[in-house]
Amino acid sequence: MLVVELAAKGLVYGCMYAMMAVGLTLVYGLLRILHIAHAGVFALGAYMTVTVANATGHLALGFAAATVVSALAGIAIYRLAYQPILQHSAFVPMVVSIGLFIVMQEGFRMIFGAYGIAFDTNPWYVANIGVAGINLTYVELAMVVVSVVLLVGFGLFAGLTRAGIGWRATVTDPQMATSFGVDPVRVRYVNFLFGSALAGIAGGLVGLLNNYVEPTMGAAVSYKALAIIVLGGLGSVRGTLIASLVLGVVESFGAIYLADIFDRDAIGFLFLIVVLMVRPQGLLGRG
Amino acid sequence: MSAYIASLVSVVGINMILALSLNIITGFCGQVSLGHAAFYGIGAYAAAYLAKLGVGLPLTLLAGAVMAGAIGLVVGLTSLRVRHDFLAVTTMGIGFVFLGFVRKQKWLGGELGISGIPGPGLDPVTYALLIAAFAVAVIAFSLWVKQSWMGFTFDAVADDEEAARTVGVNVSIYKLTAFGIGTALAGLAGGLYVYFARIILPDTFDFVQSIAILTMVVIGGTGSVWGVAAATIGLTLLPELSRAAADYRLLIFGAMLMLVMRFSPAGLAGMIRRRSPA
Repeated sequence: MLVVELAAKGLVYGCMYAMMAVGLTLVYGLLRILHIAHAGVFALGAYMTVTVANATGHLALGFAAATVVSALAGIAIYRLAYQPILQHSAFVPMVVSIGLFIVMQEGFRMIFGAYGIAFDTNPWYVANIGVAGINLTYVELAMVVVSVVLLVGFGLFAGLTRAGIGWRATVTDPQMATSFGVDPVRVRYVNFLFGSALAGIAGGLVGLLNNYVEPTMGAAVSYKALAIIVLGGLGSVRGTLIASLVLGVVESFGAIYLADIFDRDAIGFLFLIVVLMVRPQGLLGRG
Repeated sequence: MSAYIASLVSVVGINMILALSLNIITGFCGQVSLGHAAFYGIGAYAAAYLAKLGVGLPLTLLAGAVMAGAIGLVVGLTSLRVRHDFLAVTTMGIGFVFLGFVRKQKWLGGELGISGIPGPGLDPVTYALLIAAFAVAVIAFSLWVKQSWMGFTFDAVADDEEAARTVGVNVSIYKLTAFGIGTALAGLAGGLYVYFARIILPDTFDFVQSIAILTMVVIGGTGSVWGVAAATIGLTLLPELSRAAADYRLLIFGAMLMLVMRFSPAGLAGMIRRRSPA
């Protein structure tokens, strides 16, 4: 049963990566920016969840705070950091994003301390449930359910509503969409709002999953999310979702079978480099 | 020269070689690299391993440079295969693969790194002067490359790859050359660091280190030899000026990256160029 168990745990992580990576893909698709500071938003969400939950005693309030604050942070990042430099080559926003990420990470260290914070009560951390012979903790199950609900919700929004269709049109051809009356700037705001809220929620869930929130928690996850959007073909939401799950599973197996050669965080990138050597356009991308 | 000054000279010299080596790849040839610390680390691990076996300083430095350059060429091959935006992510990945590998290798000391490395056989002041000599040589080499035929071709590749190809430039060869030279020099810096620190830890060569090197290049002015050299001296000595600057070094680096890109994307060199009448 080890194989099934590993696959299941891999899919749990894959769902978390998907929540992170979709935001990055949206930003890349719209603005061609490698939004490395997304990791900062992820950690911000985790800190909001843990501090508000510990202060009020209600986990739901923690997640509500994380969602709102992350979304606002995303909008602020677009407006203050990216919008003034959009006319430059891709290198400039990328460097800004790296700088912002480091500032956020150091900011968390200064405000919340270098050592991590745990949840006062985290009953779901140990409670587990057997589904078809696989033991998952409630937190792991919640990760899967929340990500599926949010991503399906987003899919419906993009596919069925007026705003969603306008948004997709803008990604495909900004000029044409603008001439049909779509406001491209509003699309960007919606984009950062949604992507950042997802990252914040993912951060809160990871905090629960490890029962631990620390300043550098965003780093490894976000780098992997970058690897995922490249694997998915940069800018393709479907490719990103598939690549997230594939990477989660590959990592889960790799961490066991390659344990003597590489640590967990290296496996995702190793996989990325191998795939890119064979398919430079990514798993699903077209040449 | 006191021991303190000698250690400052050593650190500035090593950072100078690192920053100028990345400048050849990113500044001259326009290829983004977010994993430069990995090549620094490869050079350091190769040199440290050989030094522990009793191999002498000239040979270990050479081995570190060759090893880093060889792996750099392989990474350069990736750069030929992937789109520009992908390269930032793959080079970042190289850094993580390198760290993930050395951390798990018992023969390389795992998490604890390599300690008890024999000294360079020179007193600290002489060794600092040796590092400084290497740094000056790298500055001279960079200046020479910049005005050479190869430098012009790098410029063409950085500006517009397709146009360069159209006029008959073998873009692949030049990209590989830039990666080979840049990573070999980073490996040399790693070897020099080994004899200076006498102990190496995997974390010395992490992503933050890569970003610190990139910060020196970007703030100095991507592609400008004097700008990068000046920024390296300034940013390396900054933590020595005050306790606060040392505590918040990364915060300052991050903020500087954002501000410089916002107000002068060409860095210090760009600011000076704008002041002087064209």
